[in-house]
Amino acid sequence: MKEIERNCKKRLFLNWFVQALVFVITGLSLVPLFFILFYLTKQGIGSVNWSFLTHLPRPVGESGGGVLNAIIGTLIIASLSTIMAIPIGVTAGIYLAEKKTGKLVHLLRLSTDILQSTPSIVLGVIAYLWIVKPAQSFSAFSGSVALAMMMLPTIVSSTEETLKLIPYTLKEASLALGVPYYRTVLKVILPSGISGILTGTLLGIARIAGETAPLLFTAFGSPYLNFNLFKPMNALPLVIFNYASSPYLEWWRQAWGASFILIVMVLCFNLLAKWGASKWKIKF
Amino acid sequence: MEDKILITEKLYAYYGEHCVLKDVNLEIPKFKITAIMGPSGCGKTTLLRCFNRLHELSPGGRIEGQIWLGKTNLLSLNPIMVRRKIGMVFQRPNPFPTMSIYDNVIAGYKLNGIKIKREEADQIVETSLKKAALWNEVKDFLHRKGTFLSGGQQQRLCIARALAMHPEALLLDEPTSALDPKSTAHIEELIIELKDSVTIVIVTHNIGQAGRVADYTAFLYLGELVEFGPTERLFTAPKDKRTEEYLSGKFG
Ligand SMILES: Nc1ncnc2c1ncn2[C@@H]1O[C@H](COP(=O)(O)OP(=O)(O)OP(=O)(O)O)[C@@H](O)[C@H]1O
Ligand SMILES: [Mg+2]
Repeated sequence: MKEIERNCKKRLFLNWFVQALVFVITGLSLVPLFFILFYLTKQGIGSVNWSFLTHLPRPVGESGGGVLNAIIGTLIIASLSTIMAIPIGVTAGIYLAEKKTGKLVHLLRLSTDILQSTPSIVLGVIAYLWIVKPAQSFSAFSGSVALAMMMLPTIVSSTEETLKLIPYTLKEASLALGVPYYRTVLKVILPSGISGILTGTLLGIARIAGETAPLLFTAFGSPYLNFNLFKPMNALPLVIFNYASSPYLEWWRQAWGASFILIVMVLCFNLLAKWGASKWKIKF
Repeated sequence: MEDKILITEKLYAYYGEHCVLKDVNLEIPKFKITAIMGPSGCGKTTLLRCFNRLHELSPGGRIEGQIWLGKTNLLSLNPIMVRRKIGMVFQRPNPFPTMSIYDNVIAGYKLNGIKIKREEADQIVETSLKKAALWNEVKDFLHRKGTFLSGGQQQRLCIARALAMHPEALLLDEPTSALDPKSTAHIEELIIELKDSVTIVIVTHNIGQAGRVADYTAFLYLGELVEFGPTERLFTAPKDKRTEEYLSGKFG
């Protein structure tokens, strides 16, 4: 009896100790995050106002001016890359989840992993070689291609992981009704996994929205409001990069403002993904 | 002699090299309830899955021998057509989680892209749910998700889904093993009512259940059909020693 009691006490103490440890470590890891958010808000919020959001950049020396073209550019470029990445990524994810083994599966998995670990600037270079150089012009389109490549691995793996969790009995239910395999995949498996796929995509968008390197020599940036996909286009990360590396105080201030807007946008996407995940969750 | 609807001749089924069914010769009578019994792993599920040709979709799944659906050779038909003629209900209820109760019932039409008129669909949903003895419980919220129902209701929804296709035969794989006694009794009653319009093959571990519902019983042991006959005769005077031992609870 004594023995058991002592053992219990030891357990309880250990339990308490580990729990305390987890709290401390969690707290520590949150410090940098809060510091970034706090500092960014402090520096950025002063420059964000209505005119900053609705005006185009002004030349050096003139005060005022905003980042409207960069906000719109970011939205356009991110949407375009999503439109490009979703069909390819979801198809590949379905294939991986359904086929599971085989040469092509192996190859696909390998290339997804490689793409995942490719530095973003390299993807920018590739898009430059593929599109900008032959077309002899920087363009929003080439930037979207670079970002789409960056998004692909996220979409592929979230699709695969989601679909793998769908019970096999569901597939059988459909097959047993005489539904052909491809229709089963498209009409039963895919809709059942839609929440995971959408969440993965939203997280993918949040990830690329702030990327600068792939845009440097593709979308390039522009002081004008441009809707032509085959012309240079501005984006928030480019504004931040260009303004922050300039020698002008006024531009530094605007770079903080742009950073603040960007982080709010990314945060919104993250929250949207979380909300979507619970909202579209499917109960099996 | 009554009509036979599903007939197997020298049926062998394999998973890769593993032979699961050996020389099964079985004649399932039309508009009767046939129970398939036997210890775990003896191949009951596999036999059912041969009838609707799901077996060949399992990795390494392979069939040798003959299966007849009435007068037609079932193995020469398109598997998709076979599965539309022979419905199946699984051990665990598996309604489609993305669909409403209504859509679940007509899922066989929707998923196959078979166009039906709105009134016709309403009609099919109502009659199928009535046949599955679920109509009264769900008629007021047909457009809610099927997964909100209780386990027993879900299983009856799955039965309705299979019945909506007007199958010639209905395969039930331990349909009540995941359910409480009340839902089980409910489904047993339902099965007995259904036999006037559809042939039923039911796999069950429950000797009492077979006794209550089945007209005929087949006893499988290690992939072989040991004995087949009217349930009463099989239960009261088994010819084979293995059947007798199984029924008296020596194994299983
Ligand atoms: N997908 C599969 N791949 C390989 N072998 C399988 C597979 N499914 C079943 N088997 C094997 O086939 C044999 C028969 O399985 P089956 O599922 O038909 O048994 P059962 O009689 O339905 O058993 P239970 O009463 O436990 O459901 C078992 O030995 C099992 O190991
Ligand atoms: Mg089984």
